[in-house]
Amino acid sequence: MRNTGMRLGWALLLVLAATPLLLPSNALLNFGVGVLIAALAAQGWNIIGGLGGQLSFGHAAFYGTGAYCAALLQLRFGWNAFAAAGAGVVAGATLGAAVGAVVFRAGLRGSYFALVTLAIAEVLRILANAAPATGGAAGLLLPLDARPVNFQFASRAAFYAVALACVGVALAITAWITRTRFGAQLAAVRENEDAARALGIDAFGIKVRAMTVSAGITAAAGVLYLQYYLYIDSSIAYGTSVSVSALLAPVIGGIGTVLGPVLGAVALEGLGTLTRLVAGSRAGVDQVLFGVLLIAAIAFVPGGLVGRRGRP
Amino acid sequence: MAVAAATFTVERGTITGLIGPNGAGKTTLFAIIAGFVTPTVGRVEFDGADVTAEPPHRRARRGIVRTFQIVQPFAGLSVRENIAVGAHLRHAGRRQALDTATEVASRVGLAAELDKPASALTVAGRKRLELARALATRPTLLLLDEVLAGLNPSEVAAMLPILRGLAQDGITVLMIEHVMQAVMQLCGHIHVLAQGHIIAAGPPAAICADPAVIEAYFGAGAARLTAVHG
Repeated sequence: MRNTGMRLGWALLLVLAATPLLLPSNALLNFGVGVLIAALAAQGWNIIGGLGGQLSFGHAAFYGTGAYCAALLQLRFGWNAFAAAGAGVVAGATLGAAVGAVVFRAGLRGSYFALVTLAIAEVLRILANAAPATGGAAGLLLPLDARPVNFQFASRAAFYAVALACVGVALAITAWITRTRFGAQLAAVRENEDAARALGIDAFGIKVRAMTVSAGITAAAGVLYLQYYLYIDSSIAYGTSVSVSALLAPVIGGIGTVLGPVLGAVALEGLGTLTRLVAGSRAGVDQVLFGVLLIAAIAFVPGGLVGRRGRP
Repeated sequence: MAVAAATFTVERGTITGLIGPNGAGKTTLFAIIAGFVTPTVGRVEFDGADVTAEPPHRRARRGIVRTFQIVQPFAGLSVRENIAVGAHLRHAGRRQALDTATEVASRVGLAAELDKPASALTVAGRKRLELARALATRPTLLLLDEVLAGLNPSEVAAMLPILRGLAQDGITVLMIEHVMQAVMQLCGHIHVLAQGHIIAAGPPAAICADPAVIEAYFGAGAARLTAVHG
């Protein structure tokens, strides 16, 4: 059953991934890039949240740090966009390692871990909104100069292909982790931390490593957002909606699975766009729908679309 | 203080029993030896090294591995994956760890259940899984916390040769056990813990006749009664 679901998921995704390239329309490509950025953020969340069982409510902290770091290095220090993007990912991963080291050393799990991560993202949002260095409430605008050397592309299809490649790399990283000792030890820590420690697993070290990889991938999503829209402000980068979407997609798609976050992102973004088309400009209708969807998912498919069946 | 004066040593390659009435501090003592509880006073030595300050995973790397009285399976993983987690302590490769898991499973009688989720095992199966995971780490000192509790007599009988085999393979076993028939058959040496103190130590037959032990279990004066009634 699980294998059939997986194969179906893969087939569906390949078709979906190819569509915007075969039928290039601006609307479709815009939608596609939005899905891919959401998927990448969710894939990052899935490493620590899905594989590691530590449910973060504040992955916007890493998304925003990646985006702001990449933007500031280009604007204030004149860095090349690709170097700045790399530095953004490293900054996000470093923040992840630091947060993990402090929070896991303090032994925070479950709702305490969720609350602390939420608080960290909020603090960063308020700081970015207030500090002159980050452009304050006005945000940061990258100058438009659509040349590949600037990580900007005249054709949307080219950017779509780059984003697709990033999601592909994140898929490969996730799949690789599940086939290694690190992945097995991470799963053991998720299932039962005391038993894992008794078997010689350094639970703290494993969780910090997972948090680092997780934050780095989500930071890459923030960088992609910046390079596509060339504008960020504190609520785009550090807003709670970023954290919620990063955790909602894996929950809907299949928490702790390789494919789940991507499927969930497609489903969520698709539904969101459809709702906006149908409901027009009535604000917040898509948010209401997300809420209903989350409740339905938890009630009827607790493992997600391609999740591990039969789990409590 | 749960455990006060419990100085004792365990000889390499033997099966040593740790018995005592409920609440004596046996499980706490295990937690201290395995590193889950840091003692306020006293030391834990292993192979001549002081390991008192080491966290559980370091001690496991040295070869001190415990099982849990209340079984702690990785419920969402299969039996094979559960055991492979233990095997990964000595094997970096996934293939070797999974192969080791298969070997260890057949040794403890779990070969038929390898692909089941751990949550689908019976009580007896879960006890075997606790043992299998610990064995897969290739321990030198194995701390078994009531691995026979909750098993029926035939299941206990099936476990005895497995446990005896451990000592023959050179693993030092320290076991907490209430199933006295098993303790008598397996252990060369027994320590009795009562209210945090080691009150007696010796071979099984001597322990059974020890008045201090009888009183610890049945109350003051019980030893005299047993003596009178034979």
